[in-house]
Amino acid sequence: MQKKITTPLTNECIESLKAGDSVLLTGYIYTARDAAHKRLVELIERGEDLPFCVEGQIIYYVGPTPAKEGMPIGSAGPTTSYRMDPYTPALLDKGLKGMIGKGKRSIEVVESMKKNRAVYFAAIGGAAALTAKCVKESELVAYEDLGAEAIRRLYVEDLPLIVVIDAEGNNYYEIGQQEYKNSIE
Amino acid sequence: MREVHISQITETIKKLCMDANYYLGEDIKNKFYEFKEKETSKLGKEILDILINNSEIAEKEQMPMCQDTGMAVVFMEIGQDVHIVGGNLEDAINEGVRQGYIEGYLRKSVVKDPLDRVNTKDNTPAIIHYNIVPGDKIKITVAPKGFGSENMSKLKMLKPADGVEGVKKFVLETVKEAGPNPCPPIVVGIGIGGTFEKAAFLAKKALLRSIDEENKNPYYAKLEKEILEEINRLGIGPQGFGGLTTCLGVNIEVYATHIAGLPVAVNINCHATRHKEAII
Repeated sequence: MQKKITTPLTNECIESLKAGDSVLLTGYIYTARDAAHKRLVELIERGEDLPFCVEGQIIYYVGPTPAKEGMPIGSAGPTTSYRMDPYTPALLDKGLKGMIGKGKRSIEVVESMKKNRAVYFAAIGGAAALTAKCVKESELVAYEDLGAEAIRRLYVEDLPLIVVIDAEGNNYYEIGQQEYKNSIE
Repeated sequence: MREVHISQITETIKKLCMDANYYLGEDIKNKFYEFKEKETSKLGKEILDILINNSEIAEKEQMPMCQDTGMAVVFMEIGQDVHIVGGNLEDAINEGVRQGYIEGYLRKSVVKDPLDRVNTKDNTPAIIHYNIVPGDKIKITVAPKGFGSENMSKLKMLKPADGVEGVKKFVLETVKEAGPNPCPPIVVGIGIGGTFEKAAFLAKKALLRSIDEENKNPYYAKLEKEILEEINRLGIGPQGFGGLTTCLGVNIEVYATHIAGLPVAVNINCHATRHKEAII
């Protein structure tokens, strides 16, 4: 059963999401990866305003390929999340409620997610052409000079995701692998 | 001497950059179907279906399978009886990459300096490996390398006493530590022997071989099979959510080494394992 969720994420929605849930996400999300995260956190450290309000929002770790004429975006699968770990707690403290990526997170990120009640989703790594089909609009928000790494606001419809780490800190990479191991013993 | 004009090299590389990013290899497609039958995780099976579907969309719409269209790794096998004319060969190769990545709507993922990190905006320079071989042909292989998997790769200088068990242990540790990060199912290239840099090169080169094709030496063919089975007992599964299908294929390349050493390099690829070749 795929649960349908929308952005911005409400507290009620966040508390209902459990590691292992398959969800379909609809709404606006923001893209940011390595270089953009570095700039965002530098702004926070200097006490300056961010180029978009992160409160209740979701950041998608993606650097899409260029869009062909008439298309909102090119291929747009997730990049590996751990590279954003050093910057993530500062954004969670600012009210960020969700992240979409792939792969493991640091203990610091998970602790900050528990404290701030946030969720980490995985998109299917490598299924970038398919994911692009869910993106209906794309608008530049900041850092055009970063090219593929610029911050964009995307409108996504029924983007298929899996809850990897929920607000309680449960981790589906660990749970899923353990369940599989138990099933073959 | 047979003459080859650099414009022909540029054109060939341009096309290979695009094709490698749009078309999933037949060997990988076949393995997907094979593993789908054996996979016992329901979510794992669904993910394999999604990845097959993704490759069909990419092919039909001529769009990249993955948004990380990689750093272009170019292998040039140049026949010693070929005379390259019309300009500088390295420039011609980079021009092919530039045109392929711009005209093919591929992502520009290269920064000029590893610490300064300013994007070159045309995905150049390529990583180029030259090899001079007998004959009057040029074989060009383009293998765009994504860094989700490249970042999970490792090299270790083992002791001769570590032997084959040491090699296995290191490969399994590397794959286990990578876990969900390189987008499993993965393909693993292993280089054993040579020197520090030769082992890394061998591991990369191993990834160019079709995963249907085993090492010509029966000892290493058996080792490839054993390591594949052991990796798939780790339970990482598609995308790391648990399952059988962690790895689709293991390729090993070996070379002579020093009496004091046993270098081993493990180069991880995601399922796309992009490489396309052409002969001029």
